[in-house]
Amino acid sequence: MPLLEDGRLRPDDWTHVEDEAPLPEGPAIVSLARLRAEAASLAGRNAPLGVALPPETQPEEIAPFLDRLALIAVKMPKSKDGRAFTQIRALREHHGFAGEIRAAGHILPDQYAMLLRCGVTTVEVPEGTKPETWARSRDTIRIAYQAAQGADRPLSLLRRKLELA
Amino acid sequence: MNALTPPQYARTYRYDEIDREFLQERIAEFRGQVERRLAGELTEDEFKPLRLMNGLYLQLHAYMLRVAIPYGLLNSAQLRQLGKIARRWDRGFGHFTTRQNIQFNWTKLEDVPAMLEALAEVDMHAIQTSGNCIRNTTTDEYAGASPDEVVDPRVYAEILRQWSTLHPEFTWLPRKFKIAITGAPHDRVAAQVHDVGVLAKRNERGEVGFEVHAGGGLGRTPIIARKLRDWVPEAEFLAYMEAVLRVYNALGQRDNIYKARIKILVRDLGDEFTQMVEREYERMPRDKYRLDPEIVAAIAAHFAPPPFAALDDQPLPEDPEFRQWAEASVRAHKKPGYASVTISLKPIGGIPGDASAEQMEAVADLAERHSFGEIRVTHVQNLVLPHVRQEDLHALWQGLRAAGLATPNIGLISDIIACPGMDYCALATARSIPIAQRISERFASLDRQHDIGECFINISGCINACGHHHVAHIGILGVDKRGEEVYQITLGGSATNDAAIGELIGPAFSYDAVVDAVETLITTYIAHRAAGERFIDTYRRIGVMPFKDALYAPA
Repeated sequence: MPLLEDGRLRPDDWTHVEDEAPLPEGPAIVSLARLRAEAASLAGRNAPLGVALPPETQPEEIAPFLDRLALIAVKMPKSKDGRAFTQIRALREHHGFAGEIRAAGHILPDQYAMLLRCGVTTVEVPEGTKPETWARSRDTIRIAYQAAQGADRPLSLLRRKLELA
Repeated sequence: MNALTPPQYARTYRYDEIDREFLQERIAEFRGQVERRLAGELTEDEFKPLRLMNGLYLQLHAYMLRVAIPYGLLNSAQLRQLGKIARRWDRGFGHFTTRQNIQFNWTKLEDVPAMLEALAEVDMHAIQTSGNCIRNTTTDEYAGASPDEVVDPRVYAEILRQWSTLHPEFTWLPRKFKIAITGAPHDRVAAQVHDVGVLAKRNERGEVGFEVHAGGGLGRTPIIARKLRDWVPEAEFLAYMEAVLRVYNALGQRDNIYKARIKILVRDLGDEFTQMVEREYERMPRDKYRLDPEIVAAIAAHFAPPPFAALDDQPLPEDPEFRQWAEASVRAHKKPGYASVTISLKPIGGIPGDASAEQMEAVADLAERHSFGEIRVTHVQNLVLPHVRQEDLHALWQGLRAAGLATPNIGLISDIIACPGMDYCALATARSIPIAQRISERFASLDRQHDIGECFINISGCINACGHHHVAHIGILGVDKRGEEVYQITLGGSATNDAAIGELIGPAFSYDAVVDAVETLITTYIAHRAAGERFIDTYRRIGVMPFKDALYAPA
């Protein structure tokens, strides 16, 4: 599946790995169940490790593993299901997670700017997606009334013209 | 000054260039979304939440555009522009809602961009008037005027407006989210039946803080809110609101639309919900969310008192008809010599909340002449001129009468809240507007209405309860029973400090019989009332049985 970063498509080095499948050599995204079950052996791998965080799981539950994780994939089962926004913000704000946060599932270009403001890095987009639509959507509204992740100045409604990335 | 310039002393929030630029960006975004929908890049399912968050509904006969009136505040230029929109793009009417907004019920899709442009000319929009996001915050229609006000709620309602506008985390919530805020000890905003109800108050040092309630609501599961905190300091207001929304966004139900409001989560978790909010609040980087006193002061400057004259209270002229109107419509003001005036949008036999383009223009003119150009929309679907000189009241009344806006029935039995019902709404299962019209015609005699005294009748045309029937003294709910519209009656509800959900009195009444049933309730009240008792007082004293007996006694 194509991967979007900074409004452009880029190659994806990561592989989503089924629970029963052997781990590949390179960067791998495993399920939360597998992360828990095989924590010790996964920690011994040399290649980067990622986990898929289900929408109903609170980020606290993966806190013990965060220092070993290079990527967390959140999922939006439907574009209307916005739990991922809170997960992403919590991973950045409460857990200080600095690795890649990737959003997957049913996501609209119209949600891209908000995902970025919550702290997302990359978005898995459908085959044939026009990245220009996502870039344009991100850039249409450049004014925000609230502070965002990565813009750590105090909330200011007056000094509020925050240029989006 | 042209027609679009707000009058100098009208205390609505004044947009700066950033606010205007934001609005233009938002219109451009919506135009792009419409284009992508037309090009097939967005499915109707994907497009729907995007158009809803721009206020555009698809109703029974047409699109409906719901325009935001932030916390019910308008200046005369804005109201005049709404009149122009009603004339040009609707059928000459607008409909004021219980959320202090206005709806245009006969909107054509192709006209929407032009309507949004016309709104933007007077710093208005339709953002977040629908969709599963934080909606327009509502507040006290007498803010800045009422003698009992402790804190001006407009300041914090505007802060909430800015904070919640396109909030990156809270725009795709499980369900819609409605906040009401009051700054007076007498709750005029129905705080306890909102997703979040805020009571702004002061401590003994005079500092502002907030009592926060959450999880109230009407709809098919009416619930009175739970108090989360007695005191949130002003500086922590947004941090605490963030914490409430975070817990709800993470844990609110997503699989069943009827269980997705925060009230269900709060009811199910009970005190655990409060604890979760507190834990989230404790761990937040609070500096980042702190509400700087300088910001509060800068917002408060938008709502500074207009230049009131030093006046004395005046006796009202001896004119019986005027006196009857004044008794219902005029309210005490905190400044001597001034009064607040409620304008009834409930003429006998009319559609509750409707105003014609000409009426909007007339009210705009009268507001400029008599109330610093300022108008409020009430959650009971009326209008208010907040700051009128008592010496001008008689002239104002004559002006209102000429515009068909002087029905002296505020707070009386024909001051009915009604949802659009099956005449407009795609969700409704019964008509509500004609029931309101028939009740108001039945009690057309104003002398009789004044004799009956304060009595709130609210009518909903389906179980979603947009007509707030649960919190009426007499609530009427229209439902579909095997293809026939029937009406259930509840008694004893209240939307104020003593908030209560009305009690279902018995089997439903037919469309034809429901007005007789209301009359029976009223004659029963008259027969039992003690001196000075309102309907609700008598009901509370004697209970439901006498009313039940009167309604269901064998003939």
